[in-house]
Amino acid sequence: MVAFIIRRLIQSLFVMFIVALVSFAMFQFIGDPVNQMVGIETSLAERAALRERLGLNDPIVLQFWHYIVNAVSGDFGISYQHKRPVAQMLLERLPATLELSAVSALLSLIVGIPMGVYTGLNRDGFLAKIFLTVSLIGISLPTFLIGILLIFVFSVTLANIAPIPVFGLFAIDLSVLQLPSFGRGTTVDLGGWRTGLLTTDGLKALIMPSITLGLFQLTLIMRLVRSEMLEVLRTDYIKFARARGLSNRAVHFGHALKNTLVPVITITGLQIGSLIAFAIITETVFQWPGMGQMFLQAVQNVDIPIMAAYLMLIAFFFVIINLVVDMLYYVVDPRLRVDTGKVSGHG
Amino acid sequence: MAELHVSAPTPRTALLLDPLRRFFDGDIWASFKRSPVTIAAAIVTLLYFTMALFGPWIAPYDPFDLAKLDLLDSLLPPVWTADGDPRYLLGTDDQGRDMLSAIIYGSRVSLLIGFASVLLSMGLGIGLGLVSGFVGGAIDAFIMRIAEIQLSFPAILVALLINGVVIGYFKTHPEWQVDQVTLAYIVLVLSIGLSNWVQYARTVRGSTLVERGKEYVQAARVIGIHPAKIMVRHILPNVMGPVLVIATIQLALAVITEATLSFLGVGVPPTEPSLGTLIRVGNDYLFSGEWWVTIFPGAALAILVLAVNLLGDWLRDALNPKLR
Repeated sequence: MVAFIIRRLIQSLFVMFIVALVSFAMFQFIGDPVNQMVGIETSLAERAALRERLGLNDPIVLQFWHYIVNAVSGDFGISYQHKRPVAQMLLERLPATLELSAVSALLSLIVGIPMGVYTGLNRDGFLAKIFLTVSLIGISLPTFLIGILLIFVFSVTLANIAPIPVFGLFAIDLSVLQLPSFGRGTTVDLGGWRTGLLTTDGLKALIMPSITLGLFQLTLIMRLVRSEMLEVLRTDYIKFARARGLSNRAVHFGHALKNTLVPVITITGLQIGSLIAFAIITETVFQWPGMGQMFLQAVQNVDIPIMAAYLMLIAFFFVIINLVVDMLYYVVDPRLRVDTGKVSGHG
Repeated sequence: MAELHVSAPTPRTALLLDPLRRFFDGDIWASFKRSPVTIAAAIVTLLYFTMALFGPWIAPYDPFDLAKLDLLDSLLPPVWTADGDPRYLLGTDDQGRDMLSAIIYGSRVSLLIGFASVLLSMGLGIGLGLVSGFVGGAIDAFIMRIAEIQLSFPAILVALLINGVVIGYFKTHPEWQVDQVTLAYIVLVLSIGLSNWVQYARTVRGSTLVERGKEYVQAARVIGIHPAKIMVRHILPNVMGPVLVIATIQLALAVITEATLSFLGVGVPPTEPSLGTLIRVGNDYLFSGEWWVTIFPGAALAILVLAVNLLGDWLRDALNPKLR
């Protein structure tokens, strides 16, 4: 186990090194960063002084070394456009993105796993077929289109709909279902972490963005759990459990579902990284003030320090998540523990 | 039987007809005929391709010709609503552009960029995959490591990064004289193409590793054929099946990526809009009630992607001998 973790750590460091190399190389592509940072009226002498101060006259390998050292200590340079430290800007926007991604991941698990179990158990059921068809459409629709459709239904149409009278007795006013379509609503500051999870307003603002972001993953998990359930239900130990007279409930959830969890953990882990990246699109549609929105503005304005820092941050998340997922295997799957015990015993 | 074949001279048309006849007698056509969903998807895809190819002759107006636009016609609703104008079937956008024509031209732009970027990533992926699998050793390890790292990032993120870098490169190198639209095309094809080569490379490498050990490759080596020629002429034809499946699914993905990038504002400019740009422009009018400006291009995009995806799914199953 220890040897395995060390090996994974070395691999992760290698990945981070490559990503740092790519981020650093992006700066070289755009030509002279001094031109990006100063105005037209800056004199040549001032430019030269700035070059010297930024260390741009050093050999390229030394520059790369400085870049890595700075990045490790949390210094990603100054944004070309905003003239502010990039690390600080990212930190301000991190809570918004992380909350959105976490709620989406949670939503896709809470809804996706039961739907997967249901469609797996009732293969030919009417409802199961509907779930599958809807999920196919969900996979084919681009993220931003889902967001636009949700806004169209819940923010535009419901806002304009007149109360529907029922038998002249009372009226159903659907416009109370109307949902906010931009921003985070009211946020509360918890020691530097601005959260929208503590106000009704903030929670309401989360509904549509998290559905938009989580829908793809939801369908993915549903299909995964379904196919795994179908596979597991055919195995001998399930037949044996039934022969022992265990209840359906015990067989389905105690025996079958448990054994579908390893791939679900893998996919969920891998997808959390993609969720953070795909938040770029969702944040744009719903004007969610997160890191993705800032990254997109950086791409439009060729603000390389932000792009590079964002890339490194995402890579860091990916690496950490992959490590955690690998360790979770050991917790979930006892066979792995036995196997490595044998291997290390031999060695 | 053999004598019959020898005695009867083969007519020239047989050369053309035989592969066709083999195709229509074969398993693939049979499985195609059996699946009504696939037939429908194929028809829809063909419609889109025709629309894209012959757009200028089909579309009622030329949406790119700014001189012909009339602002008085702007934001007209579709024909079947109360205020609809019979001249514009699906209504008009904020510039007075006919939505139907804009969608036809937009599909053309979307499919053009989609095909070009699929070709780029296919060429790159096949080349690197062949070299990786055939040469092996350090080159193989290097290419596959890069592929793994790139694969762990979502394609859209890689595309956005490449997009930003390429735009920045052209901005700071004014010696490349390109206009805005051409630049957008180049940037999009490069960023989508370069972010999707990994799948091809991994698949081709896998099949190449299998083919490399077979006798016909060894025979070709023994008689001294150049390795490059063995790769292209001998191995490549035998690994193309899975590549075609990937290419079909990747076309849908490329169209989605293009639309997403254009929607995010780093794609095709609004003067010659793709479907994604149309949705982006229309999105501004969603709240003021002009839903048709964004919903119709959105539907056009969703139907195109769904149809191509269904075709890809079917092709994957049809070419997979295990499922027959």
